Amino acid sequence: MKLHRPANRHLALAAILLVLPFIIDALFGHGWVRIADFALLYIMLALGLNIVVGYAGLLDLGYIAFFAVGAYTYALLGSPQFGLHWPMWVTLPLGAIIACIFGVLLGAPTLKLRGDYLAIVTLGFGEIIRIFLNNLNAPVNITNGPQGISGIDALQVGGFSFGESHQWLGVRVDDVHLHYYLFLAFTLLVIFVSRRLEDSRIGRAWVAIREDEVAASAMGINTRNIKLLAFAMGATFGGISGGLFAGFQGFVSPESFSLMESIMILCMVVLGGMGNIGGVVLGGVLLVALPELFRHAAGPVQQMLLGKVVVDPESLRMLMFGLALILVMLWRPAGLWPSTQRRRELNTEEGA
Amino acid sequence: MDIFFQQIINGLVQGSVYALVALGYTMVYGILGLINFAHGEVVMIGAMIALAVLQALLAAAFSPVLAVLISLMMAMAVCMALGYSIERIAYRPLRNAPRLAPLITAIGVSIVLQNLAMMIWGREYHAFTLPFNSVSHQIGGAIVNDVQIGIVVVALIIMAGLLWLVHHSRMGRAMRAVAENPAAATLMGVDINRVISNTFMLGSALAAIAGFMVSVNYGIVHYYMGFMLGLKAFTAAVLGGIGNLRGAMLGGVLLGLIESLGAGYIGDLTGGFLGSHYQDVFAFFVLIAVLVFRPSGLLGEKLAERA
Amino acid sequence: MSNRSLLLFALFSLALAGCGKNESNQSSAGSSGELIIKIGAAAPLTGPQAHVGKDNENGTRMAIDDANAKGIMIGGKKARFELISEDDQTDPKTATIVAQKLVDAQVNGVIGHMNSGTSIPASSIYFKNGIPQISPSATAIKFTAQGYKTAFRVMTNDAQQGKALGEFAIKVLAGKKVAVIDDRTAYGQGLADEFVKAVEANGGQVITREYTTDRAVDFTAVLTSIKGKQPDLLFFGGMDPQGVPMVKQLRALGMKTQFMMGDGGYTPKLIELAGDAVEGTYASLPGVPLDNMPNGRDFSTRYEARFHQPIQLYAPYCYDAVNVMIAAMQKADSAEPAKYLAEIGKVELEGVTAKIAFDEKGDIKGGAVTIYQVRKGQWAAVQTMGGALAAKP
Repeated sequence: MKLHRPANRHLALAAILLVLPFIIDALFGHGWVRIADFALLYIMLALGLNIVVGYAGLLDLGYIAFFAVGAYTYALLGSPQFGLHWPMWVTLPLGAIIACIFGVLLGAPTLKLRGDYLAIVTLGFGEIIRIFLNNLNAPVNITNGPQGISGIDALQVGGFSFGESHQWLGVRVDDVHLHYYLFLAFTLLVIFVSRRLEDSRIGRAWVAIREDEVAASAMGINTRNIKLLAFAMGATFGGISGGLFAGFQGFVSPESFSLMESIMILCMVVLGGMGNIGGVVLGGVLLVALPELFRHAAGPVQQMLLGKVVVDPESLRMLMFGLALILVMLWRPAGLWPSTQRRRELNTEEGA
Repeated sequence: MDIFFQQIINGLVQGSVYALVALGYTMVYGILGLINFAHGEVVMIGAMIALAVLQALLAAAFSPVLAVLISLMMAMAVCMALGYSIERIAYRPLRNAPRLAPLITAIGVSIVLQNLAMMIWGREYHAFTLPFNSVSHQIGGAIVNDVQIGIVVVALIIMAGLLWLVHHSRMGRAMRAVAENPAAATLMGVDINRVISNTFMLGSALAAIAGFMVSVNYGIVHYYMGFMLGLKAFTAAVLGGIGNLRGAMLGGVLLGLIESLGAGYIGDLTGGFLGSHYQDVFAFFVLIAVLVFRPSGLLGEKLAERA
Repeated sequence: MSNRSLLLFALFSLALAGCGKNESNQSSAGSSGELIIKIGAAAPLTGPQAHVGKDNENGTRMAIDDANAKGIMIGGKKARFELISEDDQTDPKTATIVAQKLVDAQVNGVIGHMNSGTSIPASSIYFKNGIPQISPSATAIKFTAQGYKTAFRVMTNDAQQGKALGEFAIKVLAGKKVAVIDDRTAYGQGLADEFVKAVEANGGQVITREYTTDRAVDFTAVLTSIKGKQPDLLFFGGMDPQGVPMVKQLRALGMKTQFMMGDGGYTPKLIELAGDAVEGTYASLPGVPLDNMPNGRDFSTRYEARFHQPIQLYAPYCYDAVNVMIAAMQKADSAEPAKYLAEIGKVELEGVTAKIAFDEKGDIKGGAVTIYQVRKGQWAAVQTMGGALAAKP
């Protein structure tokens, strides 16, 4: 067995990813498998945002809106709300397409805007979507308003439901595990698409726009279409992730799509390393896991160090999370795992 | 008609507060090209400090006027120190880092400040009342009280003072020089670091005043109050053209008016189809519309892109 | 880590996963023959509603300490109750993580969550794992209408409370024209909708509906708009952080309109923070006044002595919820969820908030609601609506 060959390395990685939920379960329990599920959803989101922010350099603070669009599409077409129960292989792609359309809708009026003006408009767009979802229960009840939509169909392929436990060869595989595998498959797909895009003409056009829009357009890049494409691609990933979220959670309500969520996803992208897929994945894992880790550590660590719990663990948890954000950025301003290209740029800047 | 007049007054009061906070955003942005996301939390800390000092002084039987003045001064002093430290710790080391890095530290600072405040002052809301009565006045059918008049007047004075400071004082000239071209400013003997620190302290002092004013106006203080206010003020700053002082003032007042007229009249204008729950949607639509036609905000310069 | 060790690690972990499962066992026995019963509690302990969430935790903690002091015997063993409190941050997603964690920790029952938006997604996880859940404060009708036999609440739902408020506004206060504001949260909107239905059912007229958010502090614009329509009464579906500035601004605008809130307004904070402006304000609270219940007055003094603050809102309901759970365990003589779950629906308990019994859905039976008014800076009970009346037919 030659493990240093890339193919074998991938095999080893695949083996680990496959057994990971069982390891987590055995060591920490189902709760952490669920956290891993959410981590995968967030990784998809972060990869989608990475296209917009990392590749094309367009600062988007309302990205969660596409997640919301995907989630609500799935929820409305697969719940008692309208009595519709469309299958997942229709609603998921549909959610992605609708999210994609919203991406273009957002992109179109904002093409002329730059930098932080774009940030505030996208932020506004995210809020507008959330407010509409929150209020479209009257005069005609579409989204059921703040009450949210419950009883959403579980993710299901053919007769196989991901929402139930299954017994195979004497091994009980619970719904959180099944979702893990489903989400993993989608995450790998998103990673694959991202990688292909990165190396394609489009990917290079995005980078060109990010670095110098005027020069890019002088080189014959249709900046308008390429920018719109970035918004559309990013939104599509968000929409898929949203649909999966709705099916997993069984309940959606507008409060899941607040501005804070958009900011968190942006943190994942930047903290991990903008423009680098590995970095973004790392950022997603860290930002989902860290607060949960602090939740567990805050109490016992105090107990150990001081002999008693001095500060309420819950307040300490978010405090430590904030500190972690600051420290990591101070320590590695380009992110934990920056793209090689970025690294090169930084080095030349320092040299100049 | 008196209802309309009242809505205008509501909008002006609200807008003045937005404007004061927006100035803090815009000054920092003008010089560093950085969205200081933690600015809203500085406003909150200002309010909390003012309340704590005020209560202590009143308990020690200080005269009400003196107590209010001292508490305001203390809040400003603490916020200035806070603004200075935030810049030193979280922004200065990242001045040459990728553009988004300081944005993340800003979010980190914001989370830290919020949770620190929660640990110090608790999770509950606190009452913030002035030790003297606020009398209501009837002006042309609309009702205004002393606090509201005070807010608008103080905001106007501060804005005038700030404009003078930036355009006619030595420090202001240095600030403008750094905003224009940091490298050239250094060559001309301007200490960039000091100018930036000064800007942060100035913005934070304004934040403290704004925090004091909102708290007095609404009579309620909470560790979470800075977030929404900061967001609205940031919107106002962009509306007016971020980086531009007059723009922040105009944007703040406009946003206040848009919100108040929006909440008051959307329902009647759309025949009840859209109600006051679309107040924020309305505000954002106006913002987007303005930016579509004037991509750098109302008073922003043509070429807004910075590095 | 080299690639070979990576693979080894993977295999090792797989082996670990295989045997790890067996270690767990339900309701472990303590060292001295005690039966350890874990009670999970979930409420927002950070974020804007943290102060109410902490109050919930306090109420639960008090009930658990009381039960431990009493020395309850279950299954022939002395029961020792342990509290596992989790922060759901009012976020539906975090709520499911927290719920899963409580299930992992093998709690015997859960008191929570505080909000409807968190209780609903969490309830499916408790249901799947057969863990009884009693919410002290979720009011959305849907919470108990999902067909989950594990979901209960000791709080009236929006329909029960909205009905009482609407009846009171029209019949007792003789209001005709009513204006309604809600904060567009699941709680505020749900209650306001039911209030509107009740007002119209009683012959009143809702002349305008306005809206705000649960972050807002400035309501002058909507209040000014309402002022032009001159209602007899203004109802606000929302919590006290908005209620305080709203009632202040209402009076500052020179409006004499009566002001009314649901249970979100019945807090000591509303009076403390709003001062004179709040005088005459109405608010409702499910159940009967604490003073009228045998253990109620005692409860509030003990709470204040212990936590050095007055009861914020739902602590008594949490207290009752724990006691309902314990009563069911005693009846079943077991703390195993599968065994005592069936008993919860049959519990009849003289709680601190009301006489508690559940209907077939898990909602509180009868659903008495008491209307209070601020009189001379104090909440004073005015009238108890429903309850016995609703239970008669």
